Amino acid sequence: MKPAPFSIHIPDTIDEAVACLAEHGEEARVIAGGQSLMAMLNMRLAEPSILVDVSRLADLKKLEIGPDGLTVGAATTQAEVFHHPDLATHMPLVREALTHVGHIQTRNRGTVCGSLCHADPSAEMPLLLATLGGTVTLQSSSGTRTLSASEFQTGLLETAKQQGELCISAHFPSLPSSARWGFREIARRDGDFAIVAMACIADKGTVRLGVGGVSDAPTVEEWSDLSTADIPDALNRLAWKMGGTDDIHASARYRRELVRRIGQKLIEETLS
Amino acid sequence: MKVLQHGQKHSVEFTLNGEEVEGFAEPRMLLSDFLRHEIGATGTHVGCEHGVCGACTVMMDGKAVRSCLTLAHQAEGREIRTIEGLETPDHEFNDLQQAFHENFALQCGYCTPGMLMTLSELASTGKRYTEAEVRDALSGNICRCTGYKEIVDAAMAVLGDKGQVAAE
Ligand SMILES: Cc1cc2nc3c(=O)[nH]c(=O)nc-3n(C[C@@H](O)[C@H](O)[C@H](O)COP(=O)(O)OP(=O)(O)OC[C@H]3O[C@@H](n4cnc5c(N)ncnc54)[C@H](O)[C@@H]3O)c2cc1C
Ligand code: FES
Ligand code: FES
Repeated sequence: MKPAPFSIHIPDTIDEAVACLAEHGEEARVIAGGQSLMAMLNMRLAEPSILVDVSRLADLKKLEIGPDGLTVGAATTQAEVFHHPDLATHMPLVREALTHVGHIQTRNRGTVCGSLCHADPSAEMPLLLATLGGTVTLQSSSGTRTLSASEFQTGLLETAKQQGELCISAHFPSLPSSARWGFREIARRDGDFAIVAMACIADKGTVRLGVGGVSDAPTVEEWSDLSTADIPDALNRLAWKMGGTDDIHASARYRRELVRRIGQKLIEETLS
Repeated sequence: MKVLQHGQKHSVEFTLNGEEVEGFAEPRMLLSDFLRHEIGATGTHVGCEHGVCGACTVMMDGKAVRSCLTLAHQAEGREIRTIEGLETPDHEFNDLQQAFHENFALQCGYCTPGMLMTLSELASTGKRYTEAEVRDALSGNICRCTGYKEIVDAAMAVLGDKGQVAAE
């Protein structure tokens, strides 16, 4: 349980970081909070020869929370976001979801952007990025681009981020004041990755439901004029559309059943 | 840009429990191994080495972190606190340690350093915690012996409504 040898490069600026990624290509791997990557290195599931440590890069320490939403830099930890005094006012849904992301100790180092880049299908932050319709900004030696959640999230532990690109920030838009929201997840133990996680937003006759943990990437479905009587059928169709796969934590069938049952409760409590 | 080459040992310096320490570590060395093998501070335990059990929890700049998911070089210039630093200046147990002692909050003791370092972050805020909050905070620390009740009791004796917050 010790990592294979690697060198550590500690860039002082974003430009240095992307130059380093450009120069070393496949050999180099970004490390932010290390809360997913270090475990993979310890288990030798990853053996990069260079770690580009951006965890203390001052230019990536951005954290802006206001009426427009949350903008979070790649070196800002989940705990820093969670403890921001304005989070509850402007981004209560993000606040609720963050309580489910690992534990105190992992949130103290893990970053929001690292979670988006890692792209675990059950992870809460990718689910919220998709449900809220957020964006991710990537920078490489040839420039900067901003992708929507659906462009960025391409699958299981997979994103549209190309080799040589550094994620510099992510933006989660806030909800209009008329919107109602809810969040629920089922995990074996507190702080474990969710078996199924769901976020719901209801506003002006539409209901949007984001589901994590069933498909390879978060799935978002929106209904307008959904009556209470229609909910079971709508959720059943969504569950079959996502399909899901069996793994050691749960069968696909169980995951679909959670979508039907927990989804029903979540939509009802969001609308009520 | 600082570069630490693989296969070579590089100097690492940080404050450990208030004292400056220096050692040498390859880039890949974990903070947990650095503390135990390089510094000889073996109070920090290592269980799973992939972030799940919490035995290796230490405080870094006042926050509880997993030392098995932190590289020794990432501690450079930081303030690290471990179980060895909890005792009072007179070498007595601090409030949390005393409460663990009085509430039978350990059996084999393997998880104890991690439990105490996680709870030390809560104690350092000076706030009062509910039992639900304490249980949530301890969700990242696994104990195979106690069944948690005694640990929660001990934590509540210090951090709960009637508790006395440990002096920082
Ligand atoms: C016990 C435990 C429980 C957990 N439970 C949960 C949970 O319930 N929900 C959850 O969502 N997560 C959970 N996690 C994982 C979470 O803690 C991580 O923080 C997160 O998945 C990754 O963020 P990081 O900053 O630690 O990234 P790292 O581990 O540093 O990196 C993860 C991946 O993203 C890449 N990367 C990171 N930052 C960038 C960047 N800026 N640009 C380009 N690539 C980048 C890395 O190269 C790597 O491939 C858990 C972890 C542990 C140890
Ligand atoms: S040894 Fe670090 S969490 Fe288990
Ligand atoms: S006392 Fe033995 S593991 Fe907790």
